Amino acid sequence: MRRVLAAIVAAIGLASAAAPAWAAGETPKPPAQRWSFDGLFGTFDRGSLQRGFQVYKEVCAACHALNQIYYRHLTQIGFTEDQVKQIAAEYEVTDGPNDQGEMFTRPARPSDRARRPFANEPAARAANNGAYPVDLSLVVKARFNGPDYLYALMTGYTDPPANVTLPDGMNYNTYFPGQQIAMAPPLQPDGVTYADGTRATVGQMARDVTMFLSWTSEPEMETRKRMGVKVILFLLVLTGMLYAVKRKVWAAVH
Amino acid sequence: MASPGVVQRVSDWIDHRLPIITFMQHELHEYPTPKNLNYWWNFGSLAGIILVIMIVTGIVLAMHYTPHTNYAFDSVERIMRDVNYGWLIRYVHMNGASMFFIVVYIHIFRGLYYGSYKSPRELLWMLGVVILLLMMATAFMGYVLPWGQMSFWGATVITSLFSAIPLVGDQITTWLWGGFSVDNPTLNRFFSLHYLMPFVIVGVVVLHVVALHTHGSNNPVGIDTKGPQDSIPFHPYYTVKDFFGLGVFLIFSAGFVFFAPNFFGEPDNYIPANPLQTPPHIVPEWYFLPFYAILRAVPDIWFIDAKLAGVVAMFGSIAILFILPWLDTSKVRSARYRPIYKQLFWIFLADCIVLGWVGANPPEGYFVVIGRIATAYYFLHFLVLLPLVGKLERPRPVPTSISEPVLKGGGVRAQPAAAKPMEKA
Repeated sequence: MRRVLAAIVAAIGLASAAAPAWAAGETPKPPAQRWSFDGLFGTFDRGSLQRGFQVYKEVCAACHALNQIYYRHLTQIGFTEDQVKQIAAEYEVTDGPNDQGEMFTRPARPSDRARRPFANEPAARAANNGAYPVDLSLVVKARFNGPDYLYALMTGYTDPPANVTLPDGMNYNTYFPGQQIAMAPPLQPDGVTYADGTRATVGQMARDVTMFLSWTSEPEMETRKRMGVKVILFLLVLTGMLYAVKRKVWAAVH
Repeated sequence: MASPGVVQRVSDWIDHRLPIITFMQHELHEYPTPKNLNYWWNFGSLAGIILVIMIVTGIVLAMHYTPHTNYAFDSVERIMRDVNYGWLIRYVHMNGASMFFIVVYIHIFRGLYYGSYKSPRELLWMLGVVILLLMMATAFMGYVLPWGQMSFWGATVITSLFSAIPLVGDQITTWLWGGFSVDNPTLNRFFSLHYLMPFVIVGVVVLHVVALHTHGSNNPVGIDTKGPQDSIPFHPYYTVKDFFGLGVFLIFSAGFVFFAPNFFGEPDNYIPANPLQTPPHIVPEWYFLPFYAILRAVPDIWFIDAKLAGVVAMFGSIAILFILPWLDTSKVRSARYRPIYKQLFWIFLADCIVLGWVGANPPEGYFVVIGRIATAYYFLHFLVLLPLVGKLERPRPVPTSISEPVLKGGGVRAQPAAAKPMEKA
């Protein structure tokens, strides 16, 4: 406990804490991209969302969970209820106990949480050379410049500079803090075959999966912005009228 | 069919037994208010309205929130995703905290500029400082509840401050935590207190308003009202002005709630709390940054280690506000008539902003130096400059009455009025 406390005190920064690479400016700021969800009237691109879901399902889902998402949420990105039932049914989930007291597996239903690739964190680490593939449901909100960062990360793999030797199982990525990332380059050209015929370049897949993960982070975004426009228009009118009343009431005082 | 006569009779019947209607008539309707209040006086009532908004949204959130380390984070996400308009309620509450501090800081600096803390409003001011302290405690504990990385590590840092207390520090920290680290008991008690404290704030706000209504509002000129010609009834004049101000403020906050809801937040708080992984930067919410800078600015002083000294300085920076009415020796309230204090006010405001900027950055390199200078100046302002300036400064002539400068054509400058230092002792 002493050690924990000592570490905490150090972390407070009362002593000068060691600067992380991110703060020291060694990690470049991800280049700004244009996203359909930018701005006051931004929306998610439905085609891109569904392609992004395909990329997640066929590539990312091998290691990364999507804990906050239930299959039923997928109707929000344009799948019909029947499609969602089919998607869910592709997965087996554990349920129970039944009336014999036994746990059993059954095909997932829309009301089930998206199935996790690993049962728990140690299992995930054991399968990934000690690294933990983070949950992706909130990853866009959990990073500075989330969408740009994610896109830059997935397209930012390079060979290491001559003076850098990577430990076994590590990869070099310009945009990852510290530049050493355990995740191998996840996207390969034509790694997925898009149902709508879009060419699956690395850049295209990175954009699509970023779109999808932006939705998983903020599924309320479109409703929120649409309501915001109405609320602010209403408030502008109301405040304008209040100002007129205020002027009238105060006319005699001034 | 109730005729107006019936309503009148019922209200008379009630008022005769419980004079609540007379009370409201007095305090919200006739309540004589200086006629020259400017828009900086809107922020008091705004703060009260935000307090109500925070309590209402908070009560709804508490219906869906689970204060357990295993479920807190997910229960907040469930509010965001599955509760009807849960995202709206949570974003209003979350941004409401920032809005509350914006409004209250403006309210405080208005008081500093116009000398609202001076006699006979010292207790009014001190109650305000109590409210500020309660708000800070409430906001801090509320920030812990979503149990993200910043929640956990912020809680760890701030509660560890108490371990700086000599001799019993560690025991006190263990007692606060309810264990040997920030954990489920900590989260539980923070939730309980976070729910309790707003109602304590309401109580102190009531006292604050009672104290206010005893002598009435200060005003931009800083002299007392002389009679009916100087004041107007609160309703309709200030009710309509406050409503207009509220409209402007709601547009401002709706901009954040609907279009940049995480503007004031830290991305790290969308990562579930992990006691084994310290985030690269532990940063408090923006409204604590100046105090955080003061905490980290102080070096070891003789036998007092930097941590204890920093904690003392940080709490001292707020405690000093309690004695402000006696540190400022000038009899003139409003900075309008205090040429030197007026400049000191703006320098002090800039100093607080610099402290906030330092608090947002890692304590390295020139930030350390700037932080120390700004911290020293913060205390210099209160402990040295204010007492001295009050004695040395020659205030400009104060108008003889409120009506005078309010009149069109402005009678402010041409009144010799024999520079009375203050209206009444």
